[in-house]
Parts: sequence; structure tokens; C-alpha cells
Amino acid sequence: MEYLIGIQGPDFVLVAADNVAASSIIQMKHDYDKMFKLSEKILLLCVGEAGDTVQFAEYIQKNVQLYKMRNGYELSPSAAANFTRKNLADYLRSRTPYHVNLLLAGYDDADGPGLYYMDYLSSLAKAPFAAHGYGAFLTLSILDRHYRPDLTRDEALDLLKKCVEELRKRFILNLHSFTVRLIDKEGIHDLEKLTAGAK
Amino acid sequence: MALQELCNFQDIFQDSITTLCSSVPFGRKTGCDYVSGLPFSNRTNLFNFFTPVAEYLDESPIQFGQISTIQSSSAISSQDSILSSLAVPTSLPLASSQSVPLPFPMSHGTTTLAFMFQGGVLAAADTRSSCSGLVACPASQKILPIHSHLVGTTSGTSADCALWKRILARELRLYQLRHGRRLSTSGAAKLLSHMLHPFKGTELCVAATLCGWDGGEVDGGAKTDLSGRRETTKSQMTDLEKTSLAETKTQSSASITGGQQCSARKRVSLSGPSLCYVCSDGTRLQGALFSVGSGSPYAYSILDQGVRWGLTVDEATSIAREAVYRATHRDAYSGNCVDVYHISSKGWIRRSREDLKEEYYREKERQERRERQDVTPPE
Repeated sequence: MEYLIGIQGPDFVLVAADNVAASSIIQMKHDYDKMFKLSEKILLLCVGEAGDTVQFAEYIQKNVQLYKMRNGYELSPSAAANFTRKNLADYLRSRTPYHVNLLLAGYDDADGPGLYYMDYLSSLAKAPFAAHGYGAFLTLSILDRHYRPDLTRDEALDLLKKCVEELRKRFILNLHSFTVRLIDKEGIHDLEKLTAGAK
Repeated sequence: MALQELCNFQDIFQDSITTLCSSVPFGRKTGCDYVSGLPFSNRTNLFNFFTPVAEYLDESPIQFGQISTIQSSSAISSQDSILSSLAVPTSLPLASSQSVPLPFPMSHGTTTLAFMFQGGVLAAADTRSSCSGLVACPASQKILPIHSHLVGTTSGTSADCALWKRILARELRLYQLRHGRRLSTSGAAKLLSHMLHPFKGTELCVAATLCGWDGGEVDGGAKTDLSGRRETTKSQMTDLEKTSLAETKTQSSASITGGQQCSARKRVSLSGPSLCYVCSDGTRLQGALFSVGSGSPYAYSILDQGVRWGLTVDEATSIAREAVYRATHRDAYSGNCVDVYHISSKGWIRRSREDLKEEYYREKERQERRERQDVTPPE
């Protein structure tokens, strides 16, 4: 039902998420933001079971901010991803596992951009591009075909638009609009939303 | 208290630090683990409130089955006290066996709706409480006031909703006493959502829309703001017809002193109408229009056609009534009467309850009159 996508370039990460908050067959909200800002250069995209997403993402968000307050410097994206994975793993075999699928995108001043794919079974993989949701079945092959490690920002945005276009054409659900954000060494930038009107 | 003895209250609270398995007479391994996960077992400060935990909640929530199987049965509501909800689980297995499979899980047998417009927030709901396919109460109240400027529509289990609304009202009052200002609607929604989170996976079913008017905070010591606040609080004290709570007077005086305290801090926060949807499965959404319940798809279709920001109060009331009426017409689990509440800067106002049966007959008459008019010209 929900869709997340991330594309890593040589010095940036481009991420997008759909804007629908649904409850059984009804769209309750058309402009819901599924991205959580963990720090100045890290975004956590979170989809999954209704309450678990916000609870888990806010828990991670507050812990990352606490780390910064205690130690005076921010966690790197790789450390934040591993911390998130550890929390998912700890809760996995408890009474209350969190059923959430995540993409963590960040820019490290030392290591450069990074995109981390995590799922509800607490697997973790650093990937050049990734997607979550039923829409991933339709768009991963487009990414496989057209992705190059040296994409420019415009090319990455075009690739993202190709994926969204394919969803609009073939996906049974109506995902009307997508929030798009770009992370680079300057921080997180909001790009224009992709809506049904735009190409 | 008799209720405390029933729920073995003393044992839970006295041993909050040590593990509860040895002292608490629940007698089941899974029960012990579950109890330690409950909100009041470890924390000693803010959330150490007493919730009467019925005996069936001793068991591990996983043994109940997930919420989706419960939701496929008709919503079980009871208007009485919490003790009567003890009777609910025994009827659940009967209700969940359906002869015709549902296309998607039907939940919360009710129709409630709320939307924001220029005049504040309007909330409307039907008044039918159903239980296993029969009408348990045709005159229940699904919109419960929480405080003078906050109202919550309820959907799900009536008893759960009534209890959690009262707990929320108490926590909001404590917040106001501690911090000198009223918590905003989204703050109240977050509080309710966090309080309900430990019960996720159990049979607790609360889907509420919190509709409120957030009071403006005072920023930077501006004189106009302070006097503005005093004016609104004065109007609160004169115009609140329905609220007979004595605490509104103390609330407004507390907010005046709170305003003077806040003038030192530079704070600009949003004031005006606010609407939040909170569900016991953890969903928390802020928006401008929500409808909850089994009749909500029918209500959404009427509301999506007519709701705009610029509606007058009368227009908004009529479209809310129409939406509930259409939903009650089509949905079996909604019906009887409609309640409409309007929340403005002065507080909430309740319209008198209307029987929708009258509306149905009025519409039938209108249709017959129209048909007679269509027939006569050719003659």
C-alpha cells in the first residue's frame, strides 16, 4: 500500500515517499509525511503497521538527538542505521515486535552519502538504491536497468520520475503524490512534490 | 475499594520494583511477563495511574488473536460501566463467525465525523450502540466533552472510550495545573496515543477524533495579547452555557496567571481550531476532516462534496447532519439520532439531539411531493 524509494548518487541521496495515510479502504490523509529527520543530514523513512511506524521512528529520532546532546557530536548514518537495526532485532523476539520497514538515508562528512535498507525482520543492507512496498515490485527493475553510480542530481530525479510514472500506470492503488527530499553535504533539501498533474 | 479488591490492585502497586511473578497471584507464566509490560508496573511518576485491569487481560495479548480477526466481527459496544465489559469477550467468538464473508474488516459500528471550518470545529455522531447485531442502546452519547474547549468523538468499544476519555481529561487537567497552560489538541492526541500504546494487540478498541480550539499562547510580553486572552477568558465565563463544571472558572483564572507567566518566554504557538484522529492501533493523524466508523465511507462521500473552509455555522451543521443521516440510512450499525457539537473560541456548544426517523419521513414527503408535481403538468 505504501511506497518508499531511495537512490544514492556520488555525493547525494535522493529519497521519496508517498503521502497517503490509509485505514482499510479509506484514505484518511492525502498529505502525510513519512520521513523523520534524525539529524541535520540523516532521514529515516518509515512504513508498516499503523502505530508502530510513528512510535518506533520517534523513539529512534529522540535517541539520536539524545546522543548528540550527551556527546556533543552527531551519530554518523552508518551508526544510526546499526542502532536502529539493533533496536528492531531486540524487539523482534519480544512480546511487542515492531512491524516496520525502513530506509535510512544520510550524508557522512567522512564517508559520503549512504542509503540503508532495513526491514521488519531487522535485516540491514547498504544499497545504492532501494524501495519498499508493493510498488517496489514494479520499480526495482527500472532502477536495475538505468542506475549508474555516477548519476547527476537531475538524472536521479528523472529516474525517480520514471519509477513514479510506472506506478501511476500499473499499480492498482492511487498514490496521488510523493514527497521528495535530497540529502547532500549541505543538509536536507525539500524538492517539489511529485503529483498526478506533473509528468 | 471494592473494585481494587476485585482486580488485586494492592499486589500490583506494592511490588513495583521487584519482579511481579512471585507476589502477584495471577498464576500464569505468560501473565507475569505481560504484567511487567503494563504501563504502571515500573514508572513511578506521571503515568502511575490506576486502570482497573479486568481479569481477562492477565493473559498474553497474543493469545487473544490479532485485532483484525476481532474487527471482522460486529463492533461490540456497551454503554454501562467497565464491569459490564467483562461480559464482552464471551460473546466475541459467537459474533466473529459470519455466514457471509466481509469484503474488508468492518469495525467500530458507528458513524462519527468532524471537520474544521472558519467558525471552528464541528463534530457529529449517531447515537446507536450495537452489540452482536442488536441495538443495545438507541440513545447513547458518542461525543464526550473532555474540557471546555475539547471534545472527543468515540468509536469502538463504548466502555473503553468512556474510560480513556476520563483518564485523558484527568491528565489534561493535571497538565494544566502543573504547567499553567492548556495542552494543545495535538498534544492531547499524542498523550492519548502514548497511553494506549501498551495495550496494542489486546482487545482494547478506541478510535477517537479530538476536536478542540487551542488557546493562543502569549508571546514576548505583548500587551494586546494579554488583554486579548483576558477577553476570551471573560467570554468563556459568560458564554459557556452547557459546561456546568465548576473547574471552568478555575481553568480560566489559571490560564490568566499562566499567560502572565508565559509573557516572559518568547513563544508563538498556533491557536485556532484543531482536529486529531487517534486510534488504539497507534494511528495519530492531524487533519481537517475525519470520519470514523462503519458508516464513515458513506459520510465521507457526502462531506467531500460539501465541506469548504468558508462554510457558515448553519451550513456546516446541515451538511454534518446530512452526512450522518445518509450513513445511518445505509449502515446497519448506525442509526437512531444525531448529535452535533460545535467548538469555537468560546468553547463547545451542543445542539439538541434530533431523531433521524423524522428526517427520513420528511425526505419521503419531499420526494412524493416532487413526484406529484412531475405527474401533474402533462395532465
